[in-house]
Amino acid sequence: MKPKVLIIRAAGTNCDVETDYAFELTGAVSERVYIDEVKHKNILNYQIIALPGGFTYGDDIAAGKILANEIKFKLRDKFMKFIEKGNLIIGICNGFQVLVKCGILPAFNHYFEDQSVSLVNNDSERFEDRWTFLKVYSERSVFTKGINSIITLPVAHSEGKFVAKNEDVLKKIEIHIVFQYVAKNGEHAQYPYNPNGSVLDIAGITDSTGRILGLMPHPERHISRCQHPNHTREALHNNGDGLTIFKNAVEYFG
Amino acid sequence: MYRIEIRRRDDRRGTYVKEEFKSFGITGIEDVEVRDVYYISADVSQEQIAFIAEELLCDPVVEEYTLGEAEGFEILYNPGVTDPMEDSIKKAIADLGITIDTVKTATNYIFKGTFDEEHLKERASLFLYNPLIQHIRHAKEEVHKPAAYTLQVLTINLDQDVMQISRDMGLSLSKTEMETIKEYFDKETRMPTDVELETLAQTWSEHCRHKTFLGNILLDGEKIENLLKNTIMRATNEINHRLCLSVFHDNSGVIEFDEEYGVCFKVETHNHPSALEPYGGAATGIGGVIRDILGTGLGAKPILNTDVFCFGLPDLDYRKLPEGILHPHRIIKGVILGVRDYGNRMGIPTASGGLYFDEDFLYNPLVYCGCVGLLRKDRIAKAAKSGDAVLLVGGRTGRDGIHGVTFASAELSQESEKSCVQIGNPIMEKRCMDCLLRVSDEGILSSVTDCGGGGLSSAVGEMAKNTGVRVYLDRVPLKYEGLSPREIWISESQERMILAVPQQHLKRVVEYFQSESVEATVIGEFTDDHRLTLFYEDKQVCDLDMDFLHNGLPMPLKKARLKRKKPQVYDVPKPIEFNSILLEIVSSLNSCSREWVIREYDHEVQGGSVIKPLVGVDGIGPQDAVVIKPRLDKKRGIAISCGINPSYGRFDAYRMALSVIDEALRNLVATGGDIRKAAMLDNFCFSSPEREEVLGDIVMSARGCYDAAKAFGVPFISGKDSLNNEWVDKHGTSYLIPPTLLISAIGIVPNIDVCITMDFKHDDSDIYLIGETKDELGGSEYFRLLGIDGGTVPDVDLKRAPEIMKRLHDAIQKGIILSCHDLSEGGLGLAMSEMAFSGDIGALINLDHISFSGQKRRHDFILFAESNTRFLVEVHKKHANSICEIFHELPITKIGNTIKEKFLRVYAGKKKLIDLPLSVIKTKWRRKVL
Repeated sequence: MKPKVLIIRAAGTNCDVETDYAFELTGAVSERVYIDEVKHKNILNYQIIALPGGFTYGDDIAAGKILANEIKFKLRDKFMKFIEKGNLIIGICNGFQVLVKCGILPAFNHYFEDQSVSLVNNDSERFEDRWTFLKVYSERSVFTKGINSIITLPVAHSEGKFVAKNEDVLKKIEIHIVFQYVAKNGEHAQYPYNPNGSVLDIAGITDSTGRILGLMPHPERHISRCQHPNHTREALHNNGDGLTIFKNAVEYFG
Repeated sequence: MYRIEIRRRDDRRGTYVKEEFKSFGITGIEDVEVRDVYYISADVSQEQIAFIAEELLCDPVVEEYTLGEAEGFEILYNPGVTDPMEDSIKKAIADLGITIDTVKTATNYIFKGTFDEEHLKERASLFLYNPLIQHIRHAKEEVHKPAAYTLQVLTINLDQDVMQISRDMGLSLSKTEMETIKEYFDKETRMPTDVELETLAQTWSEHCRHKTFLGNILLDGEKIENLLKNTIMRATNEINHRLCLSVFHDNSGVIEFDEEYGVCFKVETHNHPSALEPYGGAATGIGGVIRDILGTGLGAKPILNTDVFCFGLPDLDYRKLPEGILHPHRIIKGVILGVRDYGNRMGIPTASGGLYFDEDFLYNPLVYCGCVGLLRKDRIAKAAKSGDAVLLVGGRTGRDGIHGVTFASAELSQESEKSCVQIGNPIMEKRCMDCLLRVSDEGILSSVTDCGGGGLSSAVGEMAKNTGVRVYLDRVPLKYEGLSPREIWISESQERMILAVPQQHLKRVVEYFQSESVEATVIGEFTDDHRLTLFYEDKQVCDLDMDFLHNGLPMPLKKARLKRKKPQVYDVPKPIEFNSILLEIVSSLNSCSREWVIREYDHEVQGGSVIKPLVGVDGIGPQDAVVIKPRLDKKRGIAISCGINPSYGRFDAYRMALSVIDEALRNLVATGGDIRKAAMLDNFCFSSPEREEVLGDIVMSARGCYDAAKAFGVPFISGKDSLNNEWVDKHGTSYLIPPTLLISAIGIVPNIDVCITMDFKHDDSDIYLIGETKDELGGSEYFRLLGIDGGTVPDVDLKRAPEIMKRLHDAIQKGIILSCHDLSEGGLGLAMSEMAFSGDIGALINLDHISFSGQKRRHDFILFAESNTRFLVEVHKKHANSICEIFHELPITKIGNTIKEKFLRVYAGKKKLIDLPLSVIKTKWRRKVL
């Protein structure tokens, strides 16, 4: 079966086209739909929801906050049904910020729970567009199945520092970590390898079912070798590291 | 009115503010706390406000809120300045089920320590806020509410002193122009309305009509009619390139990309606004040029932004800062953040650019913003038809930017109008773009254009040039009440576009925009009477003949004079030691790393970035051109580069033009581009053309453009001039800029897989220098460091240069070039350093192999001459014969090889001149600038 992907757009979404392309490339049928239209749609006709990167509503107040509230207050029931049906959700960059801020991730006890982790201003207080090395806890998420080495994906954000409310949350989050920033040699990452100062070098997390993924790096920007910054100097595989993430999602319904 | 204050745990913003104050001479601050503040005016309960704060304004993980009055000091927007966050916050509060009247944002600062508070407040205006758009809140401040407007049709009696009227109304029209207008109305036997005079002033402004380039010039007795037509456009016509699809007539020039698509490119300047309010000026600069692309054909999709800035020296002692201008540090930071915030939010990669520092840009910084778009070939042609609706889409109209274009016709001074300062709202433009591109895809529009300089007056006036139009100004949606018809007509409020829509499709088009909450309003219709008629309510406020409006402007005659060349005599001390000179060159402001700027921009959004601005082992190498692949499923790409060098312009405007064209093209070629598949854009930034020498430089630059374009066979497809870049201080002294021509180049790359980068790849390759090194150090980075005001500005051998570039392209195509870097500022010395540390591979070079034409053969001249059309290439040893065959009868020399040791070693014969670890060079090159 070709799964159907719902890519949700709002004012200021801007990675929807390339996310759409990545899904189509891996055999899904994907559709980019404006948020107001989502409210009138039966989203259960889709198997995957993607919240792409961008600056929804300008990231006014805080990155992803306004769309997070829109989902929490206007689309909660729909999302609950969608999740309960065993479907997949991926939030990339701004989408990750949205998932965290509406309580869909990490969902320690239930979805839409009170926010206990957040993504805040980078330590550098700068926007950072750079390529990162990521250690992957592949068994924790449907999206990362079979990835058994360090992968490279770019980040591009100014509010990507992962923080937890307290020590207790920090302990609980460990088993939710899917991606961690590491140095080039795989060791513990200092800036700029950890581009934002995230605690535990967290770059991406999952819910406890492994079906909902949020990450700051952009897998849709590394689906072919020519997008890699060193493709003119290194022998690289034709498929970029990001492609596997989309492929896994599609094959989950295969 | 409720005041909500948000405090953040582990907030680092305060530390950065403290550091800034320190750099502006304020010590004694121990700690700074920054708090976000929201003022909400609504008829709601305290509980509801608490709910809004908890659910929306506060991040429960790291923030807490308080209600109540301010301590410390607080920065607020001035009355009448649109708070860019208001719309989205209102929407978010509505999502919570609460309706409010207004919301205003502010920033609160709490300073701890021992310092003089008045002094602090005064310094704060140097970088923390801009008095033109913001202020420190005073107690009991009330929200400004403008009064409603009642129409008065003002008629102006032209029987008085016409120049007095031009000055009083801020029209910037000359005596001849005013007299021509008077004649027109004498024939009509009536007096003009204020709206009519404004319309003429806008349409006839330097910004819209380019009176210098299109007018008449007398150069030392020689008459030149229409400089543009005789140089830049003439080159394009004579080259008659098959790639050109639409040149010099739409909002940007279009060339062929592939069978289905064209690609368009436009570069604009936003100098004066950026000098006054760097953040807003640069943001609206990039916003404006993006709309130029959206307004090309029936709507092109923006796929890449470019930005090139010329600034004063960032380390200027703030005590020496002249009164009335902003510190370069502040301007640099503001401009970069402005481009970042607008470009990133638009989802367009800002991937190509340049940065140039020179003390002469202290008074007049230059901000060039460019945008590239992709457009279906069958969407290039456009024309409004009589009967079509005039549809205004996007943001609302306020008093922003009134007189922006007539202001661009005058010099900047301390008294410059403040209303031209605007802040952009990128999300409004993004929404507008998303809808426009969908509508454009349907192919149901007659025409599209952007509202830029001159506002509706220029956009509608231009679109209706061949038809006529009737506009009802009272239908234009306003930000606030109280605007007169004149203000509505010329307001330069951002994020607005004008569409000509056939009546049968109108409903559908309006619905498209409304479905994504973008306002779309019919404000009039196109007619067939060739008149511009404007109404406010039922009253006619303007009725002008289109022919007079567009063709009635009397073209002026301006005098020009050739500048006398600087004396060639100079004395250069012979260096005793070269290591330190090289390190000084690599760390000079114009050579050092731009990584700190580039990473602030999302240069990879849209997923098409294939040759990035930063390359090499650790992603720090400065790549000559960037390449993007706009259609993700295809191999075809677009390469973008630029050339700029005001230092050359100061000595020789003609050679500057040749040099920057050569630079832009060699950047393309070094990356894998082909001059046979390329086009160029020119952007002239000069001081007042009323100065004869300045106009002489303009003429010589334009002639340089013609000669070089013809020689290379690369056409110009679009261009822009920004003149009057001068600043007058309170004593009446004028400060000029050096002649500055920016050339932006665009090339089509049929297969991006052949592109190469500048970083050394292997440690056992040969290194070749292509091109001739001459005694050309006038305006060079080396002479600038030595303080030498003389020498020969690099020339371009117009016969050989195109041939060298073509052969190099062929060599890259054949795959025998491993890495390639062009030689520009800093010459050979900088180029080889950059290739080595970017690839983390050492090099051994011997200068004795290099032929040098000039009287004084000197090591320092060979290392730092800036002769044009030179490239450094890395070639595998096995290709030694092939490379020499390809460059048969052209200058190419093997000058050394890459080595295993991570050192740069330069010899002259057996004498060692330079021996430095790559890490040392790299660290110097990556110095802190701000």
